[in-house]
Amino acid sequence: KPASVKLLLNGGEKITFPLKNGYFAFQGIPAGTHLIEVSAPGFFFSPLRVDVSARLHGQVRASLVETGRVLSGNLVLEPMRQEQYFEKREPFSVLGLLKSPMGLMVAFMLIAVVVLPKLMDNIDPEEMKKIQEEMRNRPSPSFSNLLQGARS
Amino acid sequence: MLSSKGWDPCLETSFLHCRHQEYIGKVTHAVFQTASGKKRVIVATEKSVVASLNLRSGEIFWRQVLEESEPIDGLQVALGKYAVSLSRGGSLRSFHLPDGSLIWETSLYTSPSPAQLFLLPSDDLLVLKQGIVYVVSSADGRLLWTSDLLDESRLAQTSLSFEGKNIYVAGFSGSSLALFRIDASTGAFTTLKTTEPLNPSSFVLSSGVFAALDTQGNIVTGLMEAEVVELQKTSLATLLDSPVSSAQLLPDKIPGGCVLSTDGGSIFVLGLDKKGVEVLQQIQGPPVVSNSIVLDGTFAQSFLQHINSKEIRVRVLSGKEWIETAEETVEVDPNKGGVQKVFMNAYIKTDRSRGFRVLIVGQDHSLALLQQGKVVWSREEALASVVDTLTAELPLEKAGVSVAEVEHDLYEWLKGHVLRLKSTLMLATAEEQTALQALRLNNADKTKMTRDHNGFRKLIVVLTSSGKLFALHTGNGGIVWSRFIPELSTKGSLKLYPWRIPHKHVDENAVALVLGSSHDGTGFAAWVDMLTGSVQETLALPYSVKVALALPVVDSSERRLHLLIDDQNKAHLYPTSDESLSLFEKYMQNVYFYIADKEAGQIEGYNIKSQVDAGEEGGLVFQSQKIWSVLFPKDSETIAAITTRRADEMVHTQAKVLGNRDVWYKYLNKNMVFVATVTPQDSRVGAANPEETWLVAYLIDSVTGQILHRVSHAHAQGPVHVVFSENWVVYCYFNVRNHRHEMSVLEVYDKSADGKDVLQLMLGRYNASVPFSSFSPRNLEVKGQSYFFPSTVRTMSVTFTARGITGKQILVGTIGNQVIALDKRFLDPRRSADPTPMEREEGVIPLSEGLPLFPQSYLTHAARVEELRGIISVPARLESTCLVFAYGIDLFFTRTAPSRTYDSLTEDFSYALLLITIVVLVVAIAVSMVLSQRKELREKWK
Repeated sequence: KPASVKLLLNGGEKITFPLKNGYFAFQGIPAGTHLIEVSAPGFFFSPLRVDVSARLHGQVRASLVETGRVLSGNLVLEPMRQEQYFEKREPFSVLGLLKSPMGLMVAFMLIAVVVLPKLMDNIDPEEMKKIQEEMRNRPSPSFSNLLQGARS
Repeated sequence: MLSSKGWDPCLETSFLHCRHQEYIGKVTHAVFQTASGKKRVIVATEKSVVASLNLRSGEIFWRQVLEESEPIDGLQVALGKYAVSLSRGGSLRSFHLPDGSLIWETSLYTSPSPAQLFLLPSDDLLVLKQGIVYVVSSADGRLLWTSDLLDESRLAQTSLSFEGKNIYVAGFSGSSLALFRIDASTGAFTTLKTTEPLNPSSFVLSSGVFAALDTQGNIVTGLMEAEVVELQKTSLATLLDSPVSSAQLLPDKIPGGCVLSTDGGSIFVLGLDKKGVEVLQQIQGPPVVSNSIVLDGTFAQSFLQHINSKEIRVRVLSGKEWIETAEETVEVDPNKGGVQKVFMNAYIKTDRSRGFRVLIVGQDHSLALLQQGKVVWSREEALASVVDTLTAELPLEKAGVSVAEVEHDLYEWLKGHVLRLKSTLMLATAEEQTALQALRLNNADKTKMTRDHNGFRKLIVVLTSSGKLFALHTGNGGIVWSRFIPELSTKGSLKLYPWRIPHKHVDENAVALVLGSSHDGTGFAAWVDMLTGSVQETLALPYSVKVALALPVVDSSERRLHLLIDDQNKAHLYPTSDESLSLFEKYMQNVYFYIADKEAGQIEGYNIKSQVDAGEEGGLVFQSQKIWSVLFPKDSETIAAITTRRADEMVHTQAKVLGNRDVWYKYLNKNMVFVATVTPQDSRVGAANPEETWLVAYLIDSVTGQILHRVSHAHAQGPVHVVFSENWVVYCYFNVRNHRHEMSVLEVYDKSADGKDVLQLMLGRYNASVPFSSFSPRNLEVKGQSYFFPSTVRTMSVTFTARGITGKQILVGTIGNQVIALDKRFLDPRRSADPTPMEREEGVIPLSEGLPLFPQSYLTHAARVEELRGIISVPARLESTCLVFAYGIDLFFTRTAPSRTYDSLTEDFSYALLLITIVVLVVAIAVSMVLSQRKELREKWK
């Protein structure tokens, strides 16, 4: 919106607004070095250093303060960057939820609940008994044993 | 009656707690635009704002803020579509009426001087400036012609009128009157007559008739139509049928007449024509006269009078004979003071009769529209000129809230959370979304008049330059109370002090002391209840207050002892009770204060010697004596800024542990004063020779006058802005050679404790709990560094939190009227190009020449606080958070958490989602239990 853009000379000594076509002008400026700043919400402009020559009848040399680049020909100001004032909020998504630590835990538990018993089922009962016997013989209880214990 | 405009919410949902209010300032010019389309009034204000207001509601359609140093001298609407403003500096600007965009701009002259702007019958613009006439085309701003009426002497008190093709200008050069007739199309002029001495201050020219008063009590009138102007003298005494000792012509213009006010308080409307002067109307009591409007070929004008403090009588006189055509009595808020300016507009009522509406500007800067005997809307424009603020805690919540209320709240709460959940799961319709927004905004929780757990709900008491006090609620920004104190409006400098902040007697209200003092040697003090706004006591002071000191002593009713230092450096103690005297006598030898004289370039330190006789005025008066003074060389250094630490600042730790396990001790001297001086110069930026300007920064102990540190910056130039907190100072200035703004930091460490072991430190005299003395010798180390800053700085402040544990942010008000929160870590003097691993561990950022401005660090986001003048930060009860209030023409309020909100959940934390997760888990457990039981059963059956 051009109506909200404002140009300030030497820290607010003079103010002007761009016209509808985007042009702007400061009138009645004495020779010397001046600083032009642009105030436009949503954009960052580098301050502009303008040297108005006293000898060469109003010759103007302008350079960007931030980068030191000299502007030649017409004065065209470009915003250095568009400002994002707000940190982007992640949109809600199932994937995002799953990626969070809580989601991972839930997923793991679901896997544990659903898949592990299936694994147990795939083993046929005789082998199962064998394993169980082996386990009884073994002193240290293994993970599946613990799980079995918890479930019974 | 107070129609406080709601705060515009920032759009993003996560920044609901920021509030922005827009104002324009005290209106000086107004033009109604009611002919077609939207009904609006174009206004220009003391704050150099041109704005278009909705005539029905008083809302701002658009506004443009012009140079604050150049007041607006004139405002006209040309061609029915351009609002043209004339600034003091000679800029004539034309704004498009619908949207306020600039159409053209013309610079007529550059030397600032008051001028007048007129609209010619041909719809061109005429600028009259001390005898020079400029006529400008209103279509494109081209200068049509200019005409210098007097080459040598300038005209003072000029006046102008047009009659057909001719423009008449009259003015005083010296004490003789000069009259000119100018051809409106070419600018050729003829001098009519220069006459005998008259009284230059009483002089009116309107519609080709002029009237002036001479020194013998006669009124001199003349018609300017003829080639030779004939002067007619009429004695006032015979005209008014009563002896008149002194009279004055009011500057208000009446076509074909003038308004005369006499010392008796009466007002006479005089008609001027060929025959001479006659009295048309007499009005008792001093009225306020509006502008005149054209009505059916003649003119109409309104006169406003106060019947009493509550009612205003509006009388409209119109026609050739100035007959009263309408009279209304309007009830207004007595809290606004007198009416200062009136603008009138006529309209056609639905029954085809004529109605009048008037726009009034009150003594308290408020703007109100009166129509059909009532106030249609009013705007509190005093809030555009805030000078000082205080915050007050709200009262504690009373126990025993009714059950119905809780149930209602619960229902609301549930509804809110269901809505919120829906929006989180993207199920909510657009309607529900808006309902949710509204719900979040008008959350009953936010606007309650009680204290909340986090300390976010507070009252901000603001003092405005009009002498009106407001209390704003931080929840929704609404005005809780306002109080106009007329005595303060004439005082130059106004300040607010916390007089009584109750801690023990929690149920009693906090009281603020309002001090106003003017250069003529008088002052005024008022004690105002911060919760209700009632004025408890007022006191006219027979001296002007130079400095007011709040002593760290409170009496039994928790009133803080205040010392007011007058212009003779005598100290007046308040409250004036025996108890406070005895308390003060105990404390007396510890009172030190300093007075900085910017003109003389010196700072003087004083202490209190003895009590002296108070004389007639009474009270407790003490004599002070000078103990030290610092004098700056006048030709090379002028004081640009003086800052001390905030007295109520909390510092969590005195020690700073470095990466290599060294400990540095912060030098936390409450009496340390930062003074910056700059080379005096002719203030123009372009004119200064960059090689010869210096900025010298001093750290001075205000008790002993000892200069603790001095550092100078070459090629530096003011204005200087400073923040002083804990043991560091950050100040910013303009580097002339690089043409960039620089920000420097100084950190002061106490090195006298080096080499002592921990036990010694804990028990010895370096323990932070041992009272600090300015007289004990110190071995200080000051570290400093400078950075470039990519914007002009308007004002600076720093965040304060409840316990001082949270990191600091520096709040910078930029030239673009935005507030940036800059982390203090960027302004660490220990930043180096290649930090060692140990420094990295500490969080030292690698050195860069400029300070970065992250878009996310703008506290104001896309909002602009026009003409930002001050930023106030107030700690919330929650350690992580700090409340920020910025004021200029606009008001802005937000919260900031310098180190993120580590001690609370965010406001829109989805409790519902948490609940649902828990419920789902419980259900899952139950289901799986049932399933496993069944399975077990099946196993057993096998």
